[in-house]
Amino acid sequence: MSRVGVVALNTFREAVRDRVLYNLVFFALLLMAAAVFVGQISIGIEQIVIVNLGLSAISVIGLLMAVFIGVGLVSKEMDKRTLYALLAKPVRRWEFLLGKFGGLLLTLTINTAAMAAGLYVALFYVKHSIERADGVALVAIYFILLKLALVVALALLFSCYTTPLLAILFTSGLYVAGLFVKEMRGLHSDTMAPAVQTLLRWLSYILPNFENFDVMASAAHGHHIPGALIAQNTAYAALYCAIVLAAAVTIFSRRDMK
Amino acid sequence: MLCCLLFPGFAGVWQLQEKIDTQLDGMHQEADDLVLRSGKLLKVMSLEYAPLMADMYWTRVVQYYGDKAVRHDPDLELLWPLLDVTTTLDPHLLVAYRFGSMFLSESAPRGAGRPDLGIQLIQRGIQANPDYWRLYEDLGFIYYFELHDYNKAGAAFLEGSKNPQALPWMKVLAAKVSEQGDNPETSEFLWNEIYTSTKDPQMKENAATHLQLLKADADCKAIDALSDDFEKKNSRRPSSIRELVTAGLLRGVPADPMGNAYVLDSTGKAQLDPESPLGKKKRFYSKTLSNLANQH
Amino acid sequence: MAAVAIQIENLTKDYPFGFLHLKKKRSLEGLTMQVEDGEVFGFLGPNGAGKSTTIKLLAGLIFPTAGTAHILGKPISDISMHQDIGYLPEQPYFYDYLTAAELLDYFAQIHNLKATDRRERVDRMLKKVGLETARKIQLRKYSKGMLQRVGLAQAILHDPKVVILDEPMSGLDPLGRREVRDIILELKKEGRTILFSTHILSDAEMLCDRVGVIAGGKLRGVGAPDEIVGIKAHGMEILFELPGDKAGASGATALLSKATRTGNRYRMHIEEAELYATLEQLKNVGARILSVTQVKASLEEFFMGLISADRARAAAVDVHGK
Repeated sequence: MSRVGVVALNTFREAVRDRVLYNLVFFALLLMAAAVFVGQISIGIEQIVIVNLGLSAISVIGLLMAVFIGVGLVSKEMDKRTLYALLAKPVRRWEFLLGKFGGLLLTLTINTAAMAAGLYVALFYVKHSIERADGVALVAIYFILLKLALVVALALLFSCYTTPLLAILFTSGLYVAGLFVKEMRGLHSDTMAPAVQTLLRWLSYILPNFENFDVMASAAHGHHIPGALIAQNTAYAALYCAIVLAAAVTIFSRRDMK
Repeated sequence: MLCCLLFPGFAGVWQLQEKIDTQLDGMHQEADDLVLRSGKLLKVMSLEYAPLMADMYWTRVVQYYGDKAVRHDPDLELLWPLLDVTTTLDPHLLVAYRFGSMFLSESAPRGAGRPDLGIQLIQRGIQANPDYWRLYEDLGFIYYFELHDYNKAGAAFLEGSKNPQALPWMKVLAAKVSEQGDNPETSEFLWNEIYTSTKDPQMKENAATHLQLLKADADCKAIDALSDDFEKKNSRRPSSIRELVTAGLLRGVPADPMGNAYVLDSTGKAQLDPESPLGKKKRFYSKTLSNLANQH
Repeated sequence: MAAVAIQIENLTKDYPFGFLHLKKKRSLEGLTMQVEDGEVFGFLGPNGAGKSTTIKLLAGLIFPTAGTAHILGKPISDISMHQDIGYLPEQPYFYDYLTAAELLDYFAQIHNLKATDRRERVDRMLKKVGLETARKIQLRKYSKGMLQRVGLAQAILHDPKVVILDEPMSGLDPLGRREVRDIILELKKEGRTILFSTHILSDAEMLCDRVGVIAGGKLRGVGAPDEIVGIKAHGMEILFELPGDKAGASGATALLSKATRTGNRYRMHIEEAELYATLEQLKNVGARILSVTQVKASLEEFFMGLISADRARAAAVDVHGK
């Protein structure tokens, strides 16, 4: 197996043995169960509530994991010096970084799959059947995964050169900013200098647009999501991740250990 | 040792809580409020989780309305702001539009008495969900029942009928309403549509009551016709429905849809027994805001 | 002429510090030295002298500001060089949730060892460092000594020709230190080249063929251990025992006044030239000789000397202008 794969698998193993992960997933499953009860308050929206609550739980918990574990991927290893022995071995720095990224992504995928299963169990329990329209939630979950990949890449980037706390702040900040990118683009005002407007417009394209991946409403109401969007979002996530990871590799390859 | 404390401990807590609840209820001043009324602000604050927040607010709407209904409290001031927020957070929550438009438009005390807001809500719903033809049905409904604008009602039904998924009666109704205006048959049909198409229990119950009252109206009209016959024969109005039975015009004392006998009022016209359950409901459903104001 | 395992030319390292990283601290300056094939070379120096910096530069953890280094003919920037070196970091720490066997297997995969090869190697290494019984326990439960041993195991797992150890004895109890020393001697017997850093003189004396002294970022001298430090012998120390009744005898009192006493034991410090005469005197009063040792300057004194010399030089520069 390639060295990237070796590092990835090891990262996965290390993450999976941390009990915190299980608690988080368990919590998510608990929320799905709660959703079944909440939905009964108003007839006809049980399904909607389960999908909304389920997707929200998957998203929030996935984000927590992506940010906190992602930020620790490099900085924790540098702090604790677990990195030293490894870097003295015949492994290139970019192999190490990509392996870390892959390992965390694998962890997140498996956790998300577990939570997704919980969501469908709850749906089945309420509806006693699964229809084609329920498949839209799967697309929404896939988009959440794409979003998480992007967040992990960003967390990894910041982890390479700042302290864990700052890395968490920057990553979270970019996530929130990335949700309002469209507003930024459409921001007009007579009092605003044209230079500022151009700057905002540029920023709105450069910043990661997390709103692309938000299809919760469609999933809840069973609206079909066009295949073109799926392809475009996948390409966007892949390209943006590549850029961020390339930056991370560049920084990390020149970085002195402490 | 701990087990000995747990059970009596929590039993005591439970008892105390009930006492506290009673106390607080007595002290409780009417103070429900919606702190954040801006749907747009809430949408921003919800990040990507707006549809979930919409569900939360929708739950609030249902509880708010149900609570007021149980207490016969006509003050539904928060209904519109709550629905405004809900539909801003999730423009595709169809049940909110249907429920909202109905209970915003119906006159007090069973609704907010604001058909204008009901129309505004429906139009917002149509904009976000142009393929859902039932919203046009609801629009026509409001124009027909609350605003008595039969031209606009017909136009709404017509517009909705253009949707290939719309049921055929939309077109029929469009024509009928524009021609005839207010018509018990049409009214019954519309309420029946609501009754069969909705899953919301409050909407269903409301529609059922309306249907019962319509039936009662029709029954009373029929009884009045028989009273007219009686008058022709006996040169006086019947003093009670029993007389009509004795006179052979009725086979038995007719009962309202809830099973209580009709009675004659002071003017000799048939009506629901005011003390019967349906009779009481009718009083509740006939009150308008102005009547309430007069009573105070 | 012996082959050169490690060749260092003018290696220099500056660390930026301060706000906006504008200032630089020079932690290693112009280091030039060689480590020969098959020898055990000790890096001696006080804390912060530059030993760790040098070792990290060789291991590829940090990058030189100037200068070059070659290990077995390959430059340190060449990643394939890492297959031939083993590195033990200072105060090693490894992944909490892996077991020792899993960690070694992981590293073995990085070294491109085949699956069957790996299993055999891992078993052998664990046995060699005495962690056979603890192989299934997660590393977060390991004591410091055990972590050190895992560190050694991963350093030699892939059979490297050159082994670089950063303070391998630090923080260990005497038993642990002895074990590490034994392993280093074993490695030497296997023909490997060993470079390690320490600030404990006795370890260096016992193990090293040659020693390099670093202080203040500069190399102060290279040579066999006694050549470096033992030059200033400070005479001899005699440890002897004299029961109270004999101590009271005349002639003994003058002799004993030069000694410090604990119970019946005495410790006396004399010039080397006086040794035999003093021993004769002690024999006459009936003392029992326990030991005679040469007093050497301690490494500490040596380093303090170096540092104060450095400071004096720096002060002189300041006084006379830049």
